[in-house]
Amino acid sequence: MSKIPTELKYAKSHEWVKKLPDGSVLIGITDHAQAALGDLVFVEVPKAGRKLAAGEASAVVESVKAASDVYAPIAGEVIEANPKLSDTPETLNTDPYESGWLWKLKPANPADVDALLDAAAYEKSLAD
Amino acid sequence: MLKQTALHAEHLALGAKLVDFAGWDMPIQYTSQLDEHHAVRQAAGMFDVAHMAAVDLHGARVREFLRLLLANDVAKLKVPGKALYSCMLEETGGVIDDLIVYFVEEGHFRLVVNAGTTEKDLAWLRQHAAAFGVEIKHRTNLGILAVQGPQAREKVCALLPAEFAERALALTPFSAAWSGEQFIGRTGYTGEDGFELILPHADLLAFWKSLLAAGVKPCGLGARDTLRLEAGMNLYGLDMDESVSPLECGLAWTIAWSPDERHFIGRKALEAQRAAPPRKNVGLVLEGRGVLRAHMPVRSAGGAAIGETTSGGFAPTLKGSIAFARVAGSSNGPYEVEVRGQWLPTREVKPPFVRNGKVLV
Repeated sequence: MSKIPTELKYAKSHEWVKKLPDGSVLIGITDHAQAALGDLVFVEVPKAGRKLAAGEASAVVESVKAASDVYAPIAGEVIEANPKLSDTPETLNTDPYESGWLWKLKPANPADVDALLDAAAYEKSLAD
Repeated sequence: MLKQTALHAEHLALGAKLVDFAGWDMPIQYTSQLDEHHAVRQAAGMFDVAHMAAVDLHGARVREFLRLLLANDVAKLKVPGKALYSCMLEETGGVIDDLIVYFVEEGHFRLVVNAGTTEKDLAWLRQHAAAFGVEIKHRTNLGILAVQGPQAREKVCALLPAEFAERALALTPFSAAWSGEQFIGRTGYTGEDGFELILPHADLLAFWKSLLAAGVKPCGLGARDTLRLEAGMNLYGLDMDESVSPLECGLAWTIAWSPDERHFIGRKALEAQRAAPPRKNVGLVLEGRGVLRAHMPVRSAGGAAIGETTSGGFAPTLKGSIAFARVAGSSNGPYEVEVRGQWLPTREVKPPFVRNGKVLV
């Protein structure tokens, strides 16, 4: 079974969103997504300053098997991309919810986060 | 309904991810494709390749038959146990399959052919066999287990009776020894030393379990693909098929042109393109970040597209990406590959990329 931490919010397209105290959010891919992709070998993250629309293809994660887009779960401006992933893409496999975060975002509308799936709803979407 | 090898229940018990490969339910990976890849480069790994087929050919004229059917020349096989890699061609020079042929004894050769092409190969062989009085036996009672890596041979030999172990350890590359129906070839598809075992299904299971207990890592078809790509070995169906000649897919070295008087099926077509094959295979190493995949457009730097990648992927030993590309025979490098809308520079190299654990490019 894949891990789905209850304190995070989720998109059906397998991204997670974590609220930070300063109002920004961290975004990454779920444990389910990393397991389905297999060993990650290359990650391309959006640059700081880029404005993302909700649902926009924003990052690319490549595993030994295939390249996959990562979609922005909510709209906003990229504050920072995780700088460690270019050298250690395997972090997405080993620690998808902590050190494997992809980018930090300033939400265009903070309420968008609350409209995302909670852990139970995301888990249910996996079963569908 | 997918076909299952004798090891299917073992794969399930090990938690393997299974995929449909040429109609067989086969493990693509067990835990991590990268770990499996490195285990073969550094120690020993094993692969269930029982979806591939062993085909025995019997008859007084079987050598003559194979000298017509194969582009490489079995006349080179003078000592029982010796083996050759060869393409089997259509009259057009297109590749029907690539295979390994073993000389067992006079009047008996053994072929190992691909899973996806087995039925087609058997039909082709049978179509030509009657004229030579050759009997074709698809050995469905046998399965194949590949054990590969620097420790592979000692791990296998530790399980054999002393006399058989001694003969197996003494094998030179591309030769085989056997004891009854247990057949061991010093061959492989990884660029590492090792064996391929052709065994009755019950023995296949017994060897698998013993090797597992001895610390040999189960490896899936995913690792097999990255290992063979690094080793510069073609995959039938991707790097060549009936529309491609051996001259166009990096397999010119497998064509036995001499003696001149030997006619083999496809020879005329190959001779017509020998001086200037319309297409050629090149090995590419991606200069920057990203991953090359099959079927990406390829061009000479700054020019128009003149071909595409046939196999590509992340090369775990190189920690970068490599590919084979089929490009116009008259084109020159350096080549660029279009990866998701961007033309990325590559370095042209002569495969193999990796051999015996060492990076060569």
